[in-house]
Amino acid sequence: MTKDIYVIVEHRQENIRDITFELLTKGYELSKDRGKLNAVLLGYQNEKLVDSLKPFADTIINIEDERLKDFNAEYYQIALSSLLQEKKPFITLTGQTAFGIDFAPSLATSLDMPYTADCINVEIDNEKVLTEKQIYGGKVNSKVLLADNWGYIVSLRPGSFAPKEGELSAEVTTVPSAITEDIDYRNFVQYVEAVKGEVDITQSDIVIGIGRGIKEDKNLPLMEEFAKSIGGVLACSRPVVDAGWLPKDRQVGSSGKTVKPKLYIAVGISGAFQHVMGMKAADIIVAINKDPNAPIFTVADYGIVADLFQVIPKLNAKITEMKGA
Amino acid sequence: MDIAVCIKRVPETAEAAVNIDSSEKRIVEDQLVFDINEADNYALEEALLLREKEEGEITLFTVGPEKSDEVMKMGLAKGATRGVRITPENLDSIDSYTIAKLLAEQIKEGKFDIILTGCISSDAGNSQVGVTLAELLGIPHASLVIKMELEDGNAIVQRELEGGLLEELKIKLPAVFTIQTGINEPRYASILGIKRAAQKEIKVVGHITGEGMKTEIVKMYYPPAGKMAEILEGGPDEVSGKLCEVLKGKGLL
Ligand SMILES: Cc1cc2nc3c(=O)[nH]c(=O)nc-3n(C[C@H](O)[C@H](O)[C@H](O)COP(=O)(O)OP(=O)(O)OC[C@H]3O[C@@H](n4cnc5c(N)ncnc54)[C@H](O)[C@@H]3O)c2cc1C
Ligand SMILES: Nc1ncnc2c1ncn2[C@@H]1O[C@H](COP(=O)(O)O)[C@@H](O)[C@H]1O
Repeated sequence: MTKDIYVIVEHRQENIRDITFELLTKGYELSKDRGKLNAVLLGYQNEKLVDSLKPFADTIINIEDERLKDFNAEYYQIALSSLLQEKKPFITLTGQTAFGIDFAPSLATSLDMPYTADCINVEIDNEKVLTEKQIYGGKVNSKVLLADNWGYIVSLRPGSFAPKEGELSAEVTTVPSAITEDIDYRNFVQYVEAVKGEVDITQSDIVIGIGRGIKEDKNLPLMEEFAKSIGGVLACSRPVVDAGWLPKDRQVGSSGKTVKPKLYIAVGISGAFQHVMGMKAADIIVAINKDPNAPIFTVADYGIVADLFQVIPKLNAKITEMKGA
Repeated sequence: MDIAVCIKRVPETAEAAVNIDSSEKRIVEDQLVFDINEADNYALEEALLLREKEEGEITLFTVGPEKSDEVMKMGLAKGATRGVRITPENLDSIDSYTIAKLLAEQIKEGKFDIILTGCISSDAGNSQVGVTLAELLGIPHASLVIKMELEDGNAIVQRELEGGLLEELKIKLPAVFTIQTGINEPRYASILGIKRAAQKEIKVVGHITGEGMKTEIVKMYYPPAGKMAEILEGGPDEVSGKLCEVLKGKGLL
């Protein structure tokens, strides 16, 4: 019996999202000598999307239904549980994204199927499925064994696999959607765009990212002064926005903005993957954190392990001195 | 309007050293400080805000050890009506699916219009329990909710997607919502609230075993040393000087 790998294609507003190609890259590796790599595309009027997927899979399972136009976890579950039950793929991959998080756990439950979330790797050992995860904010890793079953669902953390160029040419199989009637308990209403603020942090060569480590909003002026003296803009991690210290448009990360400055200085930021996704493409990354084990140091090029309240004033003085000279 | 809120007691690990114990399946908890999971604190606040608009009861649910009563009491002090603590005998090895199952069994006993969870726990970090719970209860859900309003037996919610984009949905109640941080401003408990909480009931569900586990941690280990920043050594003055030199050398100063 062949053991196929399924990848659930993530797309939004007519674009396939990057995570899909990461999943297909890992999926290709898992499918080798085992079975076929299938990209499962749920949507409406999918032609354009189908074409861009062709190099990356052996088969594209195309399911079109007007009700699949915008993502709806309930319709996804109806269509996918029927498909998985019929075709019995070995491993189904999704992304640990706002899309995957919303349907993978309930889909797995409805199929009584083992599921692990937010994995940084999956391996198959003697037909046992094992995943690797980062837990406790990235300070510990764990190896997780999935209970024996005919099929498994695994969600992968974005950024865990570098997407490779596709060299395949997929055949397209159209499968009718299993959705029979309209549902009234969950309706997509609309997308709401992010509000634009005064400062566009994506345009600056130097970005200073501040995190929960700044402790209180009364410490903001110190950080603003630092950003100003070095000639950059002030940005932040999510908790700083949640606390209302800086506006949402200053947030760097998966649910905020992606910045690619020449220099990013992370001050009092632990380095959660949701934050790292928004700044890892910076040319040079500096981290200032008092915890030597903070994951941010594995992302940074230069690190200072110290209390930021001791370092930042000194740094301010030094920069002002150098710029004055 | 009766609301269930699932809360979890978690260790604060952002600033602490985290050590794996000799079983290699757990961490050493002795030195760690515990608190309510960050997202759950926002879920609790959302429940309190909803009840300010429509009368009803708020029941807190947790799967955890006896010490979870600390976070439960904090929730009761803020205004929740009662708590239910589920303490299975195999608590140490339980997975997220089974946590959801245990929660579902208890939540089913009541009649709730809204069930709230956090969108993610800071220890396991699965973002799994809430959505699984919805499926086990056979009701709809929305995850990563950052805005919520009620309207004729429905909730109009906004889910947070990537890049700041939001998705607005209309969901029929009863339903499960997993709450994202930043949706509100969690309050602090008042002295009076803390006094009142002492009279409130925490029902304990024990002498059970969580069964039907789907996943098992076989080993914990420290992240392998990979790429590591070049650490600039010295006192505050010295490291500041060193960093300035580095930046100057790269033409950034
Ligand atoms: C769906 C989803 C989307 C998310 N999107 C984002 C996003 O877009 N952006 C984002 O940032 N997060 C996002 N998060 C949250 C993310 O998971 C982390 O919770 C967050 O990034 C942590 O922020 P932090 O590093 O500032 O705080 P913490 O993790 O609490 O870290 C604080 C750090 O400050 C250090 N520190 C404390 N005091 C000092 C001091 N005096 N001197 C020096 N260092 C000090 C500590 O050692 C610690 O490392 C998202 C989460 C979810 C579930
Ligand atoms: N042991 C638990 N007891 C009560 N609620 C929990 C427990 N574990 C997880 N939850 C809830 O589920 C949410 C998501 O957790 P997780 O799936 O572990 O990321 C948390 O924010 C809690 O609201």
